[in-house]
Amino acid sequence: MSQLFPVKVTVNGTVYEREVEPRLLLSDFIRHELGLFGTHVGCEHGMCGACTILFDGEPVRSCLIFAVQANGHEIRTVESLGSPDHLHPLQEAFHEKHGLQCGFCTPGILMTVVPFLEEHPHPSEDEIREAIDGNICRCTGYEKIIESVQAASEKMSSGK
Amino acid sequence: MTGKYFGQPVLRLEDKHLLTGRAKFCDDIVIPGMLHAAFLRSDYAHAIIKNIDVSEARKHPGVVAVYTAEDFGDYWKVGPLQVPPPFAIKGAQFNARPLPPIGKGKVRYSGEPIAIVIAESRYIAEDACEDIIFDAEPLPAVIDLEKAWEDTSVLVHDDLPSNMAALVKQEAGDYEAAKKQADVVISKRFVADHVAGGAMENRGFVVNWDERTQEMTVWTGTQAPLPLRSAIAGRMGLIENQVRVITPYIGGGFGPKVMTSQADDVILPWISMKLNRPIKWIEDRRENFLSTTSERDQVHHCEMALKKDGTILGFKDVFYHNTGAYDPYGMTVPLNTQTHTVSNYRVPSFYTEIRMVFTNEMVVTPVRGAGRSEGVFVMERMMDLAAKELKMDPVEIRLKNLLKKEEFPLNTGVIGQDFVVGVLDSGDYKNNLEKCIQMVDYEKFRKEIQPKARKEGKHLGIGVVAFTEGTAVGPYEGARVTVGNNGKVSVSTGYSTQGQGHFTVFAQIVAEQLNVKVEDVRVITGDTGHFHWGAGTFASRGATIAGSAIHSAAVLVREKIFATASKFLEVPEDQVELCEGSACVKGHPEKFISLGELAGKANPMRGAVEADVKPGLEATAYYAPPHGATGSGACAMIVDVDPETFKVKIERFVLVHDCGTVINPLLLEGQIQGGVSMGIGNAFYEKMVYDENGQLMTASFMDYLMPQATDMPRKMEIGHNVHPSPLNTLGIKGVGEAGALPPSPAFCQAVEDALYEYNLDITESNLNPSMLYEFRNKATKR
Repeated sequence: MSQLFPVKVTVNGTVYEREVEPRLLLSDFIRHELGLFGTHVGCEHGMCGACTILFDGEPVRSCLIFAVQANGHEIRTVESLGSPDHLHPLQEAFHEKHGLQCGFCTPGILMTVVPFLEEHPHPSEDEIREAIDGNICRCTGYEKIIESVQAASEKMSSGK
Repeated sequence: MTGKYFGQPVLRLEDKHLLTGRAKFCDDIVIPGMLHAAFLRSDYAHAIIKNIDVSEARKHPGVVAVYTAEDFGDYWKVGPLQVPPPFAIKGAQFNARPLPPIGKGKVRYSGEPIAIVIAESRYIAEDACEDIIFDAEPLPAVIDLEKAWEDTSVLVHDDLPSNMAALVKQEAGDYEAAKKQADVVISKRFVADHVAGGAMENRGFVVNWDERTQEMTVWTGTQAPLPLRSAIAGRMGLIENQVRVITPYIGGGFGPKVMTSQADDVILPWISMKLNRPIKWIEDRRENFLSTTSERDQVHHCEMALKKDGTILGFKDVFYHNTGAYDPYGMTVPLNTQTHTVSNYRVPSFYTEIRMVFTNEMVVTPVRGAGRSEGVFVMERMMDLAAKELKMDPVEIRLKNLLKKEEFPLNTGVIGQDFVVGVLDSGDYKNNLEKCIQMVDYEKFRKEIQPKARKEGKHLGIGVVAFTEGTAVGPYEGARVTVGNNGKVSVSTGYSTQGQGHFTVFAQIVAEQLNVKVEDVRVITGDTGHFHWGAGTFASRGATIAGSAIHSAAVLVREKIFATASKFLEVPEDQVELCEGSACVKGHPEKFISLGELAGKANPMRGAVEADVKPGLEATAYYAPPHGATGSGACAMIVDVDPETFKVKIERFVLVHDCGTVINPLLLEGQIQGGVSMGIGNAFYEKMVYDENGQLMTASFMDYLMPQATDMPRKMEIGHNVHPSPLNTLGIKGVGEAGALPPSPAFCQAVEDALYEYNLDITESNLNPSMLYEFRNKATKR
């Protein structure tokens, strides 16, 4: 397994070039090669959604993709949203509505919701439930996550 | 008691780092020169170890070391027990079989570690595990609890005469005498199924022995940092201050992260010292399912004696409790079951017997609910049976027997997990239920909604149950509060946090006393280098026990501020008041000294000070309760059951709760909602299934179903009662596990009510559509 392959990938606007083993998971690449620890790993079998990132704009589970498959593609992780001092409106809404507890699943949920809100700027509650159905949260019971997404849609559509 | 900060829905201080991916979790820790560990685990549930050949693994490029039990020499020792045996209970029998660090001689559950590989990367470490040849002689597995109690042909621990882990009998009153007075006696067997903690972050352990400073640092998401530190120091022959355990951000706990004698806890510190290298081990999900602890799994034989008007005279419960292959956590879980079986109701005579059984399954320790769920489940099911038998309404029979406000404090006569006789401190359990049926509009449902639905061919049913949650048990917690020279305040406690919001609620408690902004209070939890006394996060004791200690420390600092400010402002103490961030003269806000400046003055660097000086605006305090504080509640659930597919939709979910004084209503809602989702998961989705060979059939999220967003009710309607606990100054009771307790019995009652054409008799706590179908098939038509 020692043969290395070159990978050139744009993550959050920065181009990274690395040589990696073909079996290296994209989640491990993002975390341990690039040091972007906001992407969390909860199950490594594609069920929990904690490692969700945007791959050419689409939400995907980075634990189900090899890093070499990302060659030439564009990735966005939670670090591309706001910073602690300047939260993205979606992050602000999660803060205001208590949409997180331990926060481990949160980056994956945020990265699922970002493209969802782009496509559904005024989502119904059912649409939100459906959208985040693939992200498991053990802490919140989802109710406040749904309220957060609703609040975010209002913030974002009113441009606040 | 609502104040400027205390009692307010303050937004969480911890959110911003979590939301932006900046919060540091265990697997985010990187130390130069760090090696990576992977365990090889036994596939057999029960087997004699013949040989473990690691020679090929050791030759694997990138592998630094491979160890099996033999390589640890005299360091290999079992345990110790993390929770002592319940010898406070007369006649209690307990066979201590603490965890071995790594399998030796025999393996006793599928997933038990048998070898560890240390390598340059996790990928290499896992590769090398594949090179190990494990030669074992399989034995039959002990799985069935009731059978294992009687049958001694296969023994989990063959140095014992049976599979009995413990036998504990308690009686309050005289059950047999009560039974003689009864008009009716009902009996039933129930199963409370096995569930996982399921924290989204698996366990992890990073350890660094620094040979030059002779200090060991451990980063791990433990719920018990101080017990872990002491356990590591004890095993390694170090004094406690040579070991520092730091809890980074923790991605959920729910119980299983409380352990201090898992393989990683024991052997990674030894290896780090041996190799003089930092080592990281991060558990994967399969390991979490197989070998981190899990809970529930009891079989109850219940009997209830009643008068024909529905008054309970006595209750008898003999139950089998699965402790798994070992019993490192003593009897916390089944003792909680004993104390929660009858704690809602007036039960003059109660006999309860625990038969704790060793099996070839993973170890059972608390998971949110922690034995309480099982006690509430069987009692509430028996109340339903009694109602049916006496042709009473399930609400009516409950109201008749629920404890009322004037009956507290009430000595239960039953010793609990804290080894003292239980005392229900305060509340109004009857009113919880009354409020709950009002909120759900029980009358309207029975008289209008349900009959109309039935006419339309819909199967709507309602379940209404009551519960208590024993919380805030001892021994103690402590905290230190310090005003810094920049005027900000720090709080350190040995308590650790897994997402409950402690950084915020602890700050609220301090901000209220010192009149500083909440965001100016920096809370450090679970870092033994900052505070080195404490027991840990369990039994909903954070806000109550650690919170009370923090409150006391803050009060002491407040007093010190007044005394010090009086000197510098040259007015008597009663003329000093706290303005935001400063101490000032009453009525003269222009005459003030900022808290930061005052902190500097409280710590003079030159000159003479009083002999008994206690420098700084700082205080340390502890809180130890005489016994736990008991929260209570009631829950109503309306379900819509599809009689063809047995899909169940929760139409309404109402919960009334009493946790005494509320520190932060927003976070309280979050705690309840999270507990409820776990309770709903336990009721209809989650179940750990072992086959007859001891193989876990549900070791992934594909087989073990945790509730998703579309599985939850649209809205959890939450009502509150506030009966402050007399046990602590703030009047708080815990709430962390409350939501998880009532869903299973409410669900069963509601489903039975919905499928009204049948005499359904649901006796298991964890259902799913196919199990409901089976229960329906077994039922007679009405």
